[in-house]
Amino acid sequence: MPDEIKSPPPPPPPENEKPTADKPATPGGVKSTPSGSVQSQTTTTPTETSTPPKPAAPATPAKPAAPAAAGHPAPPKPAGPVPTPWDSPLVAKYKREYGSGINPLTHLGQNYFEVDRSLIPEILQLLRDDEKFDYCVDLTAVHYPKRERQFDVVWVLYSFSRNERIRVKTQIADGESLPSSVPLWATCNWLEREVYDMFGIKFDGHPDLKRILLPDGWKGFPLRKDYGILQQDNEWVQINLGIESGQ
Amino acid sequence: MHALVQYIESYLSSDKTPGTAGNWFWATVYVLLVFVGLSIAVIAMNWLERKILAHMQVRLGPMRVGPHGLLQPIADALKLLLKEDIIPDGADKVVFWIAPFIVVLAAFTVFVVVPFGPTHAITDMNIGILFMLGVSSLSVLGIVTAGWASNSHYPLIGALRSSAQMVSYEVAMGLAVVSAILMTSLNESSTGTLSMIGIVEAQKAQGEWFLFKFFPLGIIAFAIFAIAMVAETNRAPFDLPEAESELTAGFHTEYSGFRWSLFFLAEYSAMIAVSSIAVTLWLGGWLRPFPNLLHGTTWDLAFSFIPGIAFLLLGAMCFYNTARMPKHPLFKIQTIGLAGFGAVLALIGLVMFLPPVRERVGDIFWFSAKVAGFMYLYIWYRGTFPRYRFDQLMKVGWKVLLPTGLALLICTALWAMRSEVWTQVVVPVGMGFADFVRRLL
Amino acid sequence: MTDPRSLSPLDLDTPDKTFLDANELVINMGPQHPATHGVLRVILRLDGEKVLGLECVIGYLHRGVEKIAENRTYTMFNPYVDRMDYVAAVSNGLGYCEAVERLLSVEAPPRAQYIRVILTELNRIASHQLWLGTHALDIGAITPLFYTFRDREEILKIFEKYCGARLTTHAFRIGGLQYEAYDGFERDVKNFVSFVKPKIDEYEELLTTNRIWLERTKGVGVISGKDCIALGVTGPVLRASGVKWDIRKAQPYANYKNFDFEIPTGENGDTYDRYIVRMIEMRQSLRIIEQAVEGIPEGPIMAKVPKVMKPPVGEVYHSIEAPKGELGYFIVSDGSTQPYRVRVRPPSFVNLQALDLMCRDQLVADVIAVIGTLDIVLGEVDR
Repeated sequence: MPDEIKSPPPPPPPENEKPTADKPATPGGVKSTPSGSVQSQTTTTPTETSTPPKPAAPATPAKPAAPAAAGHPAPPKPAGPVPTPWDSPLVAKYKREYGSGINPLTHLGQNYFEVDRSLIPEILQLLRDDEKFDYCVDLTAVHYPKRERQFDVVWVLYSFSRNERIRVKTQIADGESLPSSVPLWATCNWLEREVYDMFGIKFDGHPDLKRILLPDGWKGFPLRKDYGILQQDNEWVQINLGIESGQ
Repeated sequence: MHALVQYIESYLSSDKTPGTAGNWFWATVYVLLVFVGLSIAVIAMNWLERKILAHMQVRLGPMRVGPHGLLQPIADALKLLLKEDIIPDGADKVVFWIAPFIVVLAAFTVFVVVPFGPTHAITDMNIGILFMLGVSSLSVLGIVTAGWASNSHYPLIGALRSSAQMVSYEVAMGLAVVSAILMTSLNESSTGTLSMIGIVEAQKAQGEWFLFKFFPLGIIAFAIFAIAMVAETNRAPFDLPEAESELTAGFHTEYSGFRWSLFFLAEYSAMIAVSSIAVTLWLGGWLRPFPNLLHGTTWDLAFSFIPGIAFLLLGAMCFYNTARMPKHPLFKIQTIGLAGFGAVLALIGLVMFLPPVRERVGDIFWFSAKVAGFMYLYIWYRGTFPRYRFDQLMKVGWKVLLPTGLALLICTALWAMRSEVWTQVVVPVGMGFADFVRRLL
Repeated sequence: MTDPRSLSPLDLDTPDKTFLDANELVINMGPQHPATHGVLRVILRLDGEKVLGLECVIGYLHRGVEKIAENRTYTMFNPYVDRMDYVAAVSNGLGYCEAVERLLSVEAPPRAQYIRVILTELNRIASHQLWLGTHALDIGAITPLFYTFRDREEILKIFEKYCGARLTTHAFRIGGLQYEAYDGFERDVKNFVSFVKPKIDEYEELLTTNRIWLERTKGVGVISGKDCIALGVTGPVLRASGVKWDIRKAQPYANYKNFDFEIPTGENGDTYDRYIVRMIEMRQSLRIIEQAVEGIPEGPIMAKVPKVMKPPVGEVYHSIEAPKGELGYFIVSDGSTQPYRVRVRPPSFVNLQALDLMCRDQLVADVIAVIGTLDIVLGEVDR
């Protein structure tokens, strides 16, 4: 039973600092779990909030190295919290091993890795096998047309034994492909198909990579930023629905 | 002309069914009467099922067409007749056309031998029950052809399911029937009979319904039959051939309009047919309750009033509901309609008090009342049970009902053996065998 | 059970030899079918009645919700999320509002949190009731449907009194609530709790010990906890397979940590266990509602949120325990008034992926039972 796999929780750090100015210790819904009355969750320490103390975010205003922030089309002003480096034993281990290939960050109490494209298969494999991130929650992509490498592909992972959620992000260019994660998490089958459907990102080794929500013959990838909200594949509509336009 | 009238009148003094008496005129009249009565019963059943099911499910059911939706079945029938009759392009047209008629014919033909009273049957065959079982199983032919002719996957699977189901449950059904027939051989005249009327007469002669005979064997046989007959008629919880959530509508998915209504008609008349078999075999057919306990002319008279009273009560119910109708001008026609319906019912009730009518309708009334009880059970099942899966259905049929039926048959046969068989055959043979064994040792 | 990773996609290119060798039959179930809960299309490959494999074809209800989000402001998008899982619209709203609140680093005031929890749990019961009715209907028991709809009506009445809408409620706003609880809200909720408790017993009376129900659900659509995790299946399906995991406990959101409730788990991971788990969940939801309605604090219902919402640049993933499983929102903000990207992690979509695994080697009738027990809503699958 996966929830009974007890891995040693990370060393409990002091929990008395305030990450942001607004609310005490809880930027969003993430709170320290008083492990419910009935659940056998005594070991599932909420590691999201147990990251080592960070100084209040406004103190370190610019983190220009973060490619995600740099890639945004001209952020108006850094009003809120910005991503800060994330430290934990796990991070330290990987950082030692891969150096600049990965960039662990924490933002709004959520941790993520920015990983180089070439390290993706290795990192995902390690996260699943060694760190017990056995549940791939979600896989999606974000399109930044102005960037050289246009796509962020994001894996949201969760570990039942650690009760911890992390994200893995990587950047790829248009036309580039990624290795499929279906061998790691079976759930990625449809998720990768959806990313392919919506963004046109190909996954090598996927058992059945085809469109999932849109019809098979559809042209264009709707969630790309250059695809208009009213745009559609008029040719497909005319042939298959026999009408001039779906609008 | 005079001869014709004489021919017609000659039957009135007869105490046989018109078929047995060989009177063609009355046989035709009876056939028409049964056909019309059956159609009315199906229509009434349609309305009752919707109403009863609705009330079981905390809703009202049809309320719009006529008072309390009384005209709903007629509206439905009209709609079905006027609907476009679609034959799928790839269907085998001739077979597609014939299939519903096979089903309907099989369902109606069985009523030839159903005894509504000692003389109230179209005919009395000496193989009556065999005829009923045989003809009613012909309907599976219609269903299979319907499923095949539609040239579509769902009907095909539905038809396959249906044929397998009907064939398997017929076996258990037959065993239960045979055990009831064995009981008829315990007449004073000491011959068994397959005639439907003969079976009821046997129950009368033996002074008890076969349901209670050889307790608990009669009840077990009845239970087997009662389960098998639900499966035979493809009704919940055995309605797999037309499981709407799996096969959309099973074998009649592709049918519409009039042809579909034939299937509907056949299904309900088949339900009535198997119920009347059950009533005839185990519940004493047309016999009134407690013929032994409450006998004598006074009781006979008292019981003969019951049909009239029942109709009067139904009329009273209508009047009560008339009084409860909303006093809104929009409901005026409905109120009048309901009152009129109540008046008709009450009138029928009053007519039933007339001595000549009273003497003749008693049988029919009791028979119909018993069948109606079964009809209610059908509706009740439908409101209560989920649907069996196909393999489970087969399991129930072959692994539960069939062995039980076999054991039951053997037990009934042993029990029914006459005493001289025991003294002259079983005991000597047993003694001889014991002697043989002793000598061997 | 086979390893889900080795599942090959259904081979539909080989010609259908149905009428030649009569061994295999390819059947198209849906998108117009009474039991596929909307416009799900399932291509079944059958051997007789045994399912050799199946493939889901989805997308018939695709409305491009994620694309719409990129062209609406944060506030404007809020009503759209109700249209995804329209059976549990309140839960959808809660997830979205909390995700944006997290992005804005605000938190709804306590009073709002309590009312949110009450409405969300009421919605969970409504969703489970609708599931129960339709699931039982698929298996052939028609009566529970009407019982559950009768009782769900009471929940919808409360919603209607609260916010004017019954189904797509748009009950919450980013930062709290738009509406104060109406006069008599607590009384209505308490009345509902005492009203529905015996009703749940009534459903159980009809089904829990019903022989046919047991035969139809026990051992049908079995999925192990391991397979559930590999396939990302969450919610009651995961719990019925023995994994005691509920985001309300694991990573409490709103103010669920204030309430005392239990997480039911099953053992066998079959359809019956999922049924039992959901039945218990309804009772546990009632328990939460009882506690919440007793403890509604006084105070504001809306946090200080700017009129024009411009969350700082960043991204956030926030998930809640929707009635059907983990409902997650991944929102990327570029600092403008419109979200740069909203990704919805729909539980139905991910759970539906397990259908193939759960139906292999079962019968056609079981496919219906499994679709019902997965509790999918096509509005959410297709988005």
